[in-house]
Amino acid sequence: MEAFGLLLHGFAVLLTWKTLVLMMVGLVLGIFVGVLPGLGGPNGVAILLPLTFTMDPTSAIVMLSCIYWGALFGGAITSILFNIPGEAWSVATTFDGYPMAQQGRAAEALTAAFTSSFIGSLVAVLLITFLAPMISSFALKFGPPEFFAVYLLTFCSFVGLGREAKHKTVISMSLGLLLAGVGMDTVSGNLRMTFGSADLLRGINFLVAVIGLFGISEILLTMEERLALRGHAASISLRVVLGVWRDLPKYWVTLLRSSFIGCWLGITPGGAIAASFMGYNLAKRFAEEPESFGKGRIEGVFAPETAAHASGTSALLPMLALGIPGSGTAAILLGGLMVWGLNPGPLLFVEHKDFVWGLIASMYLGNVVGLVLVLTTVPIFASILRVPFAAVAPMIVVSCAIGAYAIQNAMFDIWLMLGFGIVGYVFKKIGIPLAPFTLALVLGNRAEDAFRLSMIGSGGDLKVFWSNGLVGSITTLAILLLFWPVFDRLRAKVAMR
Amino acid sequence: MSQTDLEIVVDDPTAPEDDSPSVVASGTIEIIVCLLLLALAVTLGYDNWRTGASWDATGPEPGYFPFYLSVILGGGSLYGLIAALVARRAAAETFVTRAQARRVMAVFVPTLLFCLVMQYLGLYVASFLLISGFMRLVGKIALWKSLLTAFVFTAIMFVTFDIAFDVIMPKGPLEAAFGR
Repeated sequence: MEAFGLLLHGFAVLLTWKTLVLMMVGLVLGIFVGVLPGLGGPNGVAILLPLTFTMDPTSAIVMLSCIYWGALFGGAITSILFNIPGEAWSVATTFDGYPMAQQGRAAEALTAAFTSSFIGSLVAVLLITFLAPMISSFALKFGPPEFFAVYLLTFCSFVGLGREAKHKTVISMSLGLLLAGVGMDTVSGNLRMTFGSADLLRGINFLVAVIGLFGISEILLTMEERLALRGHAASISLRVVLGVWRDLPKYWVTLLRSSFIGCWLGITPGGAIAASFMGYNLAKRFAEEPESFGKGRIEGVFAPETAAHASGTSALLPMLALGIPGSGTAAILLGGLMVWGLNPGPLLFVEHKDFVWGLIASMYLGNVVGLVLVLTTVPIFASILRVPFAAVAPMIVVSCAIGAYAIQNAMFDIWLMLGFGIVGYVFKKIGIPLAPFTLALVLGNRAEDAFRLSMIGSGGDLKVFWSNGLVGSITTLAILLLFWPVFDRLRAKVAMR
Repeated sequence: MSQTDLEIVVDDPTAPEDDSPSVVASGTIEIIVCLLLLALAVTLGYDNWRTGASWDATGPEPGYFPFYLSVILGGGSLYGLIAALVARRAAAETFVTRAQARRVMAVFVPTLLFCLVMQYLGLYVASFLLISGFMRLVGKIALWKSLLTAFVFTAIMFVTFDIAFDVIMPKGPLEAAFGR
C-alpha cells in the first residue's frame, strides 16, 4: 500500500489555494480549447506551455494536465450539440450523441458523455497509480541497451500497428529523428546538419515544431471547410443528471469494456481516436439490437467517451514510468518536463516524488472538478461557438506566435513555426501521420544517446541488444512488430489455401 | 417544451463552394513532397557522411546515426514517389479546390505578413493589426467591433505575458515610446 500513502502525500502537495486556482484556470482554458474549432488538446497544451515557464514544475504540470482534461471534456460538447467533433476522438460520439440532441435529449447525452469520460479517466488513473511505480522501479535496472530497445519498440510498433501506409509512417518518423539530431551533438560536441547557420546551432525545438504542425496547420485546414453551424443549446438540470446516473449500473459491461480498450490503446501507441471507434463498434456488436445504434442510444455515447478518456489518460503512464509518451499530448508534456529541468524516465519516481504524486493526485482531483465544471457551465461554453471564426483564427495565430517565441526568445523560431505549419498542412492532406514525427522529434536525442552509449559499452557489437533475456526479448518483439504486417499477410495467404 | 429547442445558428457567408474546380491533385502533391524529402535526405545524408558516419575507437562517429536515418528517409520517400507515380492514373483525388485555396491563402498571407511586421513593430502591434485587419477584411465584421476586439485581446496578452508572467516578447517603437 505504499502507493496509497504516496498518493495522500500527493494530495497534500496539491491542496494549496494557488494550485487549486491554477487547476481551475487550466480546466477552463482546456474546455475552451476543446470547444473551439482549429484548436485541439495537444495544440492548446503547446501554446499555453510558455505560461508555465516561470512556475515551479508541480504547479506547471498540474495546470497543463488540467488543460488536457478540459480539452477532453470540451470535445464532447460540440459533438453532441452541433454534430461537429471538436477533436478527432469525439467523432464516434457524434453518431449517437447528435441524434439524441435532435430528439431533445441533449442534456441527457451531455451528462452521459461527461460521466463516462470521468469513469474512463478514473479507471486509467487507478491503473497509473498502481502500475506506474512498479514499472518505473523495474525500469531503474535498465541500462542504455534496454532503453534503446524500449525506444525501438515504440518506434516499431508505430510502423507495424499504425493504420496509415507504412512508408508514410517511416517517412514521418525518420524525418522527426533526423531533425532531432540537428545542432550540437550531445556525445561528441560536434555540429551536425547546421550548414553554417547560427540559428540551427540550437537545434530544432520540439515545441516550436509542434505549435506549427498542430496550431498553424489546423487553422489552414479549418478554413477549407464550411464553418456555418446549426446546433442545439442546452442546459443541464440536476434531475437529468441524477436520472442518467441512476441508470449507470445497467451499462457496467459497456463502461468496463471501453475502459479496458482505452487503457490498452493508450499505453500502446494506438491512441484515443482508435480507442473511441473501437469502443463504439464493440458496444454495437454486442448489443441486443445493433440497428438501434446511430439513432440516439445512450450506450453509443457511453462507449466511445469512456474509451477516449481512458486512453487519453493512460497515455501518461509510459511517459511517467519510462519517459516514453503514449500520445501527442503526452509528448508535449514530456517536452514541458525538460523545459522545467526535470529528466523524464524512471528516476522521476525516486528524485521528484512531489512532482509525480502531485500530478497523479491532480488527475483524480482534476477529473472530479472538471466533471462538476462542465455539468454546470455547458451553456456558456456552447455559446463560444457564436464567436465568428474570423475573430478566433487570428487570435490563435497570435497565441501560436507568442508560444513559439517564448520558448527560446528567438525570432528564427517564428519562421520555423510558419514552416512547420505548411509542412503540417500538406502532410495531413496527403496522409503522412504527424504523431510518429512528434514522438521521434522528442525522443530522437535520447534514443541516439542510448544507442551510442550501448555501442561504446559493447565496443561496437550489435549483439549487446540480445545480451540478456530482457533486452533480447524487447528487441525481438520490436522487430516482430515492425514486420507484423508482412507476417499478417503471409498468415492470410496460408489461410486462403 | 424543453430548453434544448433553443438553437444556435452561425453562418459562414464566405464558405468555399462545393463545386469549385480542383487546383491540383493529391497525387501531384505527393510526388512533389516525396521529391523534396528525397532531396532533403540526400543533403542531410551527405552532410552527415562528411561529419563522419563510420566507427572509430570510441564507437559510432557523430554522423553515424543520422546518416542511416537519412538513408531510411530516402528509401521511404523513393518508395512513396514510385507508389504515387504508379497510382497516379487510378486516383486523381483533389488536393485543394480553387475556393478552398482562396480561403487558405486568406489566412496564410496575413499570417506571413504578421510574422514580417513583428520583426519591425514588435509582437503586440503586429497582433493588433492582424486581428483587426483580419476581422474587418476577411470576416467582414464591423470596423468598431474589429478594432475593439483586437485591442482588448492584445491588451490581455500584454498584461498576461509581459506583466504577470514575465515572458518577454519582441517589442517595437510603440512600446519604446511608453518606456517598456
